[in-house]
Amino acid sequence: MDVLTLLGQLLNSTLVFSTALIFTALGGIFSERSGVVNIGLEGLMIFGAFAAGVGTYYAQEAGLGGMAPWIGVFAAILVGILGSLIHAVASITFKADQTISGIVINFLAAGLTVYIVKMLFNGSAETPLIKVFHKIEIPFLRDIPVIGEGFFNSYPTTYLALILVGVAYYVLFKTPFGLRLRSVGEYPGAADTLGVNVSRMRYIGVMISGALAGIGGATITLTTTSTFAHNTISGQGFIAIAAMIFGKWNPVGAFGAAMFFGFSQAIRNYVQLFEWSRSIPQEFIFMIPYVLTIIVLVSAVGRSSAPSALGAPYDPSKR
Amino acid sequence: MSRLRRIFTLDSLIVPLVAILLGLIVGAVVMLLGGYNPFEAYSALIKRVVGNPYDFGETIRQITPLIFTGLAVAFAFRSGMFNIGADGQVLIGMTSATAVSLSMSGVSSSIVVPVSVIAGGVAGGLWAAIAGYLKAKRGINEVITTIMLNWTALYLSNYVIRHFFLLKGQNRSEDIGASAALTFLSGIFNNARVHWGIVIALLAALFFYVYLWKTKQGYEMRAVGFNQNAAEYAGMNVGRNVVKAMFISGVFAGLAGAFEVLGVFHYQSVFAASPGYGFDGIAVALLGMNHPFGVVLAAILYGVLTYGSAGMSFAAGVPPELIKIIIGSIIFFIAAQGIVRFVLKPFYLKRKKEKVL
Repeated sequence: MDVLTLLGQLLNSTLVFSTALIFTALGGIFSERSGVVNIGLEGLMIFGAFAAGVGTYYAQEAGLGGMAPWIGVFAAILVGILGSLIHAVASITFKADQTISGIVINFLAAGLTVYIVKMLFNGSAETPLIKVFHKIEIPFLRDIPVIGEGFFNSYPTTYLALILVGVAYYVLFKTPFGLRLRSVGEYPGAADTLGVNVSRMRYIGVMISGALAGIGGATITLTTTSTFAHNTISGQGFIAIAAMIFGKWNPVGAFGAAMFFGFSQAIRNYVQLFEWSRSIPQEFIFMIPYVLTIIVLVSAVGRSSAPSALGAPYDPSKR
Repeated sequence: MSRLRRIFTLDSLIVPLVAILLGLIVGAVVMLLGGYNPFEAYSALIKRVVGNPYDFGETIRQITPLIFTGLAVAFAFRSGMFNIGADGQVLIGMTSATAVSLSMSGVSSSIVVPVSVIAGGVAGGLWAAIAGYLKAKRGINEVITTIMLNWTALYLSNYVIRHFFLLKGQNRSEDIGASAALTFLSGIFNNARVHWGIVIALLAALFFYVYLWKTKQGYEMRAVGFNQNAAEYAGMNVGRNVVKAMFISGVFAGLAGAFEVLGVFHYQSVFAASPGYGFDGIAVALLGMNHPFGVVLAAILYGVLTYGSAGMSFAAGVPPELIKIIIGSIIFFIAAQGIVRFVLKPFYLKRKKEKVL
C-alpha cells in the first residue's frame, strides 16, 4: 500500500473516532461558556446513544428504512435536551453545585437507559442490531489525494460535525446571542444590568450542550457499534471534556483537540502494520494519547483560561 | 437564638434523610412504571443484606473500598480540588500491592502484607500527586490531568501484570499466597471475604477528621480549599498544600486498591476497562457531603443498595440498574436542597416567622 493511500485512510479513520468527540466538546463549550460546568457530558452521551439505538429500531419497525438513523439522531437530540434539563433545573434554578448535578446526570443516564432497554426488549441488556449510516462519497472532491480519501468519503454525521464547528464559532463570536451567552459566563452581574436574562441564557447553553452531546452519543451507536449497551459509551464524554479544556473553550481549538484524540485512537490500528511496532508492548501504544495530552498541556498550553464565572450559580442579590 | 441554632443543626440531618426518602420514592415510582412491585423489591433488597451472616459479611466487603474512595474524593474536595482520578489511583494501588507482595516470595506474611499495603497507599498517593504538582506548578486543571492519568494507570497496570506477574494461560496475575493473613472474622461471617481493610478504612475516616479539623496543617488545607488567594495572602504555601492534599487523597484511593487485591481477590485481573471504583467514590463523597463521617454512612448506604440489588433482581425481577437511578436521585436531592426545602416548606413556616422577629 502506498503512503498517500495510507495517510488518507488514517485521516478517515481519525474522523470516525473524532466525530462524537467534536459534537460533545462543542456542546460542552456552549454550556461552560454560559457559566455552567458540565461534567455530565458522559451521561448526556449515554442518553443520546440510547435514544439513537431505540429510536432507530422503532423507526425501522415502522418501515422508514433509510430514514431510520435520522429518526434516531432526532430522538437523541430530544432525549439529550431532556437529560440536560435535569442539570439546568438543579444548577440554575435551585443553585445546586454544578459539578454535583452533572454527576447526577451520569448516574441517572447509566441507570435509566439500561433499565428501559431491559424493559423494552424482554430483559435483554442490549438493543437489537440496527441499520446504521453509510459513508457518502462527494464527487470530484473525493479524487483529491489524501484529503479526498480522508475527508470526502465519510459518514453524514462527520460532515455535520465539521460544519457545526464553523457554525458554533460564528454563533459564539460573531452574533449578539453569542456575545450574551459569553457575557453571562464571564460576568453575569454586568450582563444582568444590561438586560440580559442570565437564567434564560444559561438554560439555553445547557440545552444546546444536551442536544449536541446527544448527537455525539448517537454517532457512536449509528456508525460504530450498531447497538446500544451499557458499555457503548465508556469514557468518551470525559475525553470530550478534556478536548474542550484542551481547546480552551474555543470551537476551533476543541475541534483540533478532538482530532488529536481521534488520531491517537486511529493510529493504534495502523501502527501495527509496521514491523518495528511489534517490539513495543501494545499497552504503551494505547497510553500514547493520554500521556501526550499531559505533556502538551505542560509544555505548550499552560494555564487554562476558563470563563470567569464558571461554576458559580448566579445570585442577583450578591451583585 | 439557641433554639434557632438547634433547628439549623437538625436541618443538616433532615435534608439528607429527606433526600434518601425522596430517592427511594423515585425508585419506587420507576419500579411501578416498569410494572414491578416496589415493596417486594425493597424487602428483597433488605433480606439479601441481613438474611444470613455470609451476605452480611459480603456487604461489609462491598462497603470497604467505598469508604476509602469516598474519603479520597472528599479530601480533595475539601482542599478545593476535584479528584476524578481516584479510579486510576485505585488501580495503581492494586498493581503496587500485587507487585510488591509477589516479589517478596518466601518472606513471612506478617511482613509482606503490611509492606504491600503501604506500597499500595504510597503509590496511589504519588500517582495523585502528579496531578497536584501539575496544578501547583503549571496551573493545569486537575480534572483533565486526572482523567488522562486514569487511562494511563489502566494500561500501565495491565502492562505490569501481563509482563511480569501473569499466571500462565490466564488473564490475571499469579495468586498472592501471603494475602490470606488479611482475612478478618471470616469464621463469624461464614467465609465471607471480610478483611482488615474495614478497620483501616474506619481509622482513615477518623484520621481525615482529626487531620483536617484539629491540626494546623489541616486548617491550612481547608483555607486553601475555601479561597486560594486569601490563603496565599495569609502566607500559606498554596502549591505545597495542593500537592500534599492530592497525595493524601491518593493514599486513600491506593489503600482501597491494595485491600481489594490482598483482602478480596488474592490476585489482580488484567482489566479491559476501568473497574469504576473511583466513580463510586465520587458518588459516596457527594452523598456524605464531603465529611468523613458522612462518607462512612454514605458508603454503608451505597454498599447496602448495591449488594442488595442482586437480591432485588432475583426475587422481584427488577433490573439492578435501578440502584443507579436511586443513588443519582438521592445525590440530586442533596445537591438541590432547594427542592427538599420546598417539600418541607409547610413545616418551616413557623421558623420563618421567628426569623423576621
